[in-house]
Amino acid sequence: MLRYLLRRLLSLVVSLVVASMVIFAMVEVVPGDPAAYMLGLNAQADTLAALREELGLNGSLVARYFDWVGGMVQGDFGTSYTYRTPVAGMVADRVAISLPLALYALALSTAIAFPAGIWAAARRGRAADVTVMGVTQLGVAIPNFWFAMLMVLVFAINLRWFNAGGFAGWDEGFFAAMKSLTLPAIALALPQASILARVMRSSLLDTLNEDFIRTARAKGLTRGQALRRHALGNALIPVLTILGMQFAFLLAGGIIIENVFYLPGLGRLVFQAISARDLIVVESVVMLLVFAVIVVNFVVDLAYAAVDPRLRARL
Amino acid sequence: MTGMFKSRSLLLGLVLTLVFAGGALVSLVWVPYDILGVDIANKMKGPSGAHPLGTDNLGRDMLSMLMVGARTSIAVAIVAVVIGMGLGVPLGLAAAAKRGSWVDEVIMRGNDLIFAFPSLLIAILITAVFGASALNAIIAIGIFNIPVFARVTRGAALTLWEREYVLAARVAGKGAARISVEHILPNVTNLLIVQGTIQFSLGILAEAGLSYVGLGAQPPVPSWGRMLADSQTFITLAPHLVLFPGMAILLTVLGLNLMGDGLRDLLDPRLRRARG
Repeated sequence: MLRYLLRRLLSLVVSLVVASMVIFAMVEVVPGDPAAYMLGLNAQADTLAALREELGLNGSLVARYFDWVGGMVQGDFGTSYTYRTPVAGMVADRVAISLPLALYALALSTAIAFPAGIWAAARRGRAADVTVMGVTQLGVAIPNFWFAMLMVLVFAINLRWFNAGGFAGWDEGFFAAMKSLTLPAIALALPQASILARVMRSSLLDTLNEDFIRTARAKGLTRGQALRRHALGNALIPVLTILGMQFAFLLAGGIIIENVFYLPGLGRLVFQAISARDLIVVESVVMLLVFAVIVVNFVVDLAYAAVDPRLRARL
Repeated sequence: MTGMFKSRSLLLGLVLTLVFAGGALVSLVWVPYDILGVDIANKMKGPSGAHPLGTDNLGRDMLSMLMVGARTSIAVAIVAVVIGMGLGVPLGLAAAAKRGSWVDEVIMRGNDLIFAFPSLLIAILITAVFGASALNAIIAIGIFNIPVFARVTRGAALTLWEREYVLAARVAGKGAARISVEHILPNVTNLLIVQGTIQFSLGILAEAGLSYVGLGAQPPVPSWGRMLADSQTFITLAPHLVLFPGMAILLTVLGLNLMGDGLRDLLDPRLRRARG
């Protein structure tokens, strides 16, 4: 187990280092002179020189890379060029929206997918199964931002149950804030729930074909009992992996949905920074999200080893 | 071939795909109205005899816009699949041929790394630095197709390398590269077609998302995602502007997914037996 842990830890560090190098290269090397890029075509020579000085562009590439990474490790994400405020503070405000949104969507996705997948597997080939498979087929194919727009049309504009966009703010109380995250969370969760329900179903069906289920049935358990007591736990292992991948996806996927609902989260921040050519913000936020995704995947890998005794024994 | 039409999902998928691909192809030579023809007097009209799907906020014919938009979506997704296959399949073949060697290790770790990146973020980063265009959308989507095809190819090729006919080819003195091309590749083609269909549909969704946030094809080239973004403001005045482009994306992706499922059942006899 220790060797496995160390190996995974090493690959985590390598992934993060390579990721940071790729992002650094794309933002600070590829555009040529980032200062010129940020200021556009009509930049004055002295403004350009001042910005170059401010960004530390006169140092060597290697020094700049280590400055950037070293700063981030200490929580210093640089200063936004357009907002003139530290990026770390801006990011913290936005994370307070994007992270709850991703968790909310994950909870919804699980709450829908588990029962649906189990139900379909338990009634394989019958109406319930066909319905779940049909609906999930649609759920996988639907563009989530379009689904979001349709929900706005129905639940916000016609029924007036929700606001069409914006965020109430956590100061308005937990429920008001969660209410403004509800439609975005549903939109994010739907395609994920569809995938998860399908994985749950097929994993359960695979497990139901195992010998130990036949043994359980032979000793007199009904199909339902065997499913609940013996199949479910074993079927959860592949489902967990997908769940971890989905959380990472939900964090990053929120970017587009946040734009549909005008939610001031990380996604909006990235797009505002892109249109303002504020490379410092773009660079830091993208790195932060990539960091979150890579770390979540790492944790899921460990959890995977922890819940599966067979896997643990082999490590 | 008879088996092909026994599968309802394959048939339905094929029909849907042909409708949209057909629309895109027809738009190359003919569209009902000029998509650059602004007609403010007739803006945001609902479906009618003259405009079967109505007109948009500039009075342009929605059917024509959707047909030309299909071209953008399909072209971006197809080229992205070609990039993924073109680089991923050779990498997968090489990794399987040199199983366990440093070549295999480097290729697979590189794959893991790309997988670890959230694709949408990288697409955004690429378009942020290089500017928004259909070409950059293609590159952004294509890069993430590479590890998918490499992994599928390697996985299938590994089992094929254990087969007797490969052993026979080795005894006959063929090198790893030649065996990969002559014996392994033809046997993974089916799998690649199925995976290609899936990546194609994912590409359509990705392109729609990117162009929705303004990072795909730029005006005046229509794309389904941007049509949705443009119509969002008019959602109460003209819901059909939101409805039709979304339906186009949904049905194309659904068609491709159904086709992929059907093809997998058709091309993989083991699976068919297991299901039947």
